[in-house]
Amino acid sequence: MFVRGELERIERKVFSGERLTREDGELLFACKELSWLGALADYVRKKVCGERVYYNVNCHVNLTNICAARCKFCAFGRGEDDKGAYAMTIDDAIKLVTEASCDPHLTGLHIVSGLHPTWSFEHYLSFVETLHEKFPRLHIKGFTGVEVQHFANISGLSVEEVLLRLKSAGLETIAGGGAEILTDRVRNLLCSKKATADEWLNVARTAHKLAIKTNASMLYGHIETLAERVEHLIKLRTLQDETGGFQTFICFPFLPKNTALEKTIKQTTMWDDLKTMAISRLMLDNFPNIKAYWVMLTVPVAQVALSFGANDIDGTIHRENILHDAGATSPRALTEDEIIKIIREAGRVPCVTGGNQ
Amino acid sequence: MNCLQRAKEKISSGARLERDDILALYEDNDLLYLAEAARHVKESKTGKKVFYTVNRHINLTNVCKANCPLCAYQCKSGSNRAFTLELDDVAKILSQVPSPQSLSEIHIVSSLHPTKDFAYYLDAVKLVKKILPHVGINAFTPVEVVNFSQISGQSVAAVLSELIGAGVTSLAGGGAEILSDRVREIICPKKCSAAQWLEVMRTAHRLGLRTNASMMFGHVETIAERVDHLLTLRKLQDETGGFVAMMLFPFHPANTELGKTFDLRGVGSWENLKMLALSRLTLDNFAHFKAFWVMLTLPIAQLALSFGADDLDGTLGEEKIIHAAGAKSSTAITRETLEKIISEVGYQPVERDSFYNEV
Repeated sequence: MFVRGELERIERKVFSGERLTREDGELLFACKELSWLGALADYVRKKVCGERVYYNVNCHVNLTNICAARCKFCAFGRGEDDKGAYAMTIDDAIKLVTEASCDPHLTGLHIVSGLHPTWSFEHYLSFVETLHEKFPRLHIKGFTGVEVQHFANISGLSVEEVLLRLKSAGLETIAGGGAEILTDRVRNLLCSKKATADEWLNVARTAHKLAIKTNASMLYGHIETLAERVEHLIKLRTLQDETGGFQTFICFPFLPKNTALEKTIKQTTMWDDLKTMAISRLMLDNFPNIKAYWVMLTVPVAQVALSFGANDIDGTIHRENILHDAGATSPRALTEDEIIKIIREAGRVPCVTGGNQ
Repeated sequence: MNCLQRAKEKISSGARLERDDILALYEDNDLLYLAEAARHVKESKTGKKVFYTVNRHINLTNVCKANCPLCAYQCKSGSNRAFTLELDDVAKILSQVPSPQSLSEIHIVSSLHPTKDFAYYLDAVKLVKKILPHVGINAFTPVEVVNFSQISGQSVAAVLSELIGAGVTSLAGGGAEILSDRVREIICPKKCSAAQWLEVMRTAHRLGLRTNASMMFGHVETIAERVDHLLTLRKLQDETGGFVAMMLFPFHPANTELGKTFDLRGVGSWENLKMLALSRLTLDNFAHFKAFWVMLTLPIAQLALSFGADDLDGTLGEEKIIHAAGAKSSTAITRETLEKIISEVGYQPVERDSFYNEV
């Protein structure tokens, strides 16, 4: 509406449904036209997913924060003897979920955890089995590509075998975390002890082949370049072209507090967050859902993000741990009524999901 | 052509929006259309500049005889929160300002103290003027001016002349709330009426004293009442041209009687930014819109620059009124932070005085 030149060219491409290139993506990151970008992403969002905004009534289960990987951007992971280190027993997990089940609307569990240095794959598996057995009604989404690769490493099983065993234990969907930035340069600097970019993509590809849906994510705002953000999005888009197995993409702005990067990296601005959200919607033309994860974005930004391409606002969570260790200022949980009010004020239609997204 | 299409066409051609247009745009709820259009209006008025000022807030007292249900700041005398600054206290505050030479504005707003006379307020202004002669004094809302007129038995014009004589250089824009007597009866029954508020502004402008304007929304008012409020301000501005800047105050319900009585939750960021953009589009005769970061929080204030705002207000000292109602933003900010926030989004930071002259 109010832009010229190169941006006008990109605008025409979006309106005619033409795919954006790497160069287009980089131009979008370089531009400062925030509301224009948002409006463009909103146009695509309307076309792809209409007026519904998804949310879920879920409970996060973080089995342990003891972690062998100790990534530089993480404030959650700890050594076994560190202060605040914990490892849940099966009874602890049952207790947490029983408590969360007081909400009759609870539909799903989201299980992600540290890579515990001594736990076996069977031990992780037993949590899924037990929770599924005790709470058969609840959809279990769990474990990121990083955890699945770790299970393959410690068990000697193939990624496919690990996924099949998780599935038969009751797991329905793989979580989207651990993608960070899918370039080896960034991963070598920040998280060299966990799944490589190719390994992460391979877990997703294998899961999709087994008809297990997965989510995808991007952790941005640390040491990555804008070109690397675009590269990351294109890698996800390419795999989605191949398999169609990703259902939701989630943008994670990096929260530096209490991490090894605290002194060198400043937290992203809302402006960057909304821009990244919009560009993700525009680049990921084959993803049905883009999630505004309110814990990281804060509720006010997540709400506004609904007009920057997002059509999902995540869930009630029950009790968030990982990002609150990194100084997240948002509440640890929201009520369903609060989520509905946030969505309605944005003029959209709240729609609860079964916990799979 | 339906009402919405007509409204959008008016926006494209730069024609003035009328009541039905504004209501149709509100109803349509297309946040980023409004943002784009409002940003366009902002840039047509002030280009890439975004203003801020190095200022300091002084709240003389919180003891109040109006006790508005909307307010978390006021209290009765005898309350353990009650404070009233005497001239010595004001002098002390001013002597503690770190680099007074860099200060361009002192902002003074207070409650309606039940026993202090008009001279008390005048003396405070004179003292500021004496200690910081180079600094603009943006002080008192029309609500306070009407109170001064009542307690001194003088006309509004006489009160304003005395204030000007004492050193006030512009009037604050607060106290407008929603300029509807139906609403005022509920949220601030003992405050001046809508007509009185407007009359103070009209008189001030006639005397050459420029003022700001505001709207407090998100409580018991209807959307039509918000729109009428904006149109009332626009009409007066057509008449006098004396308003410098407009501010929106989303109602903070915490610790207020009004919040409790009506179980109010406060509006979300969506509504905040939507009203900002819509107000910018409606008030075509206002040059400046403030995104008051204390109310909005810094991140949302930065975002507001994409929704028509062109001013982040100041590096204030201790702000008490909004924090009493649960505002979570910190109470002061440095020039460097403000400049960074502005530059980050592609705008050019400009330090201003009360009248948007560059300093």
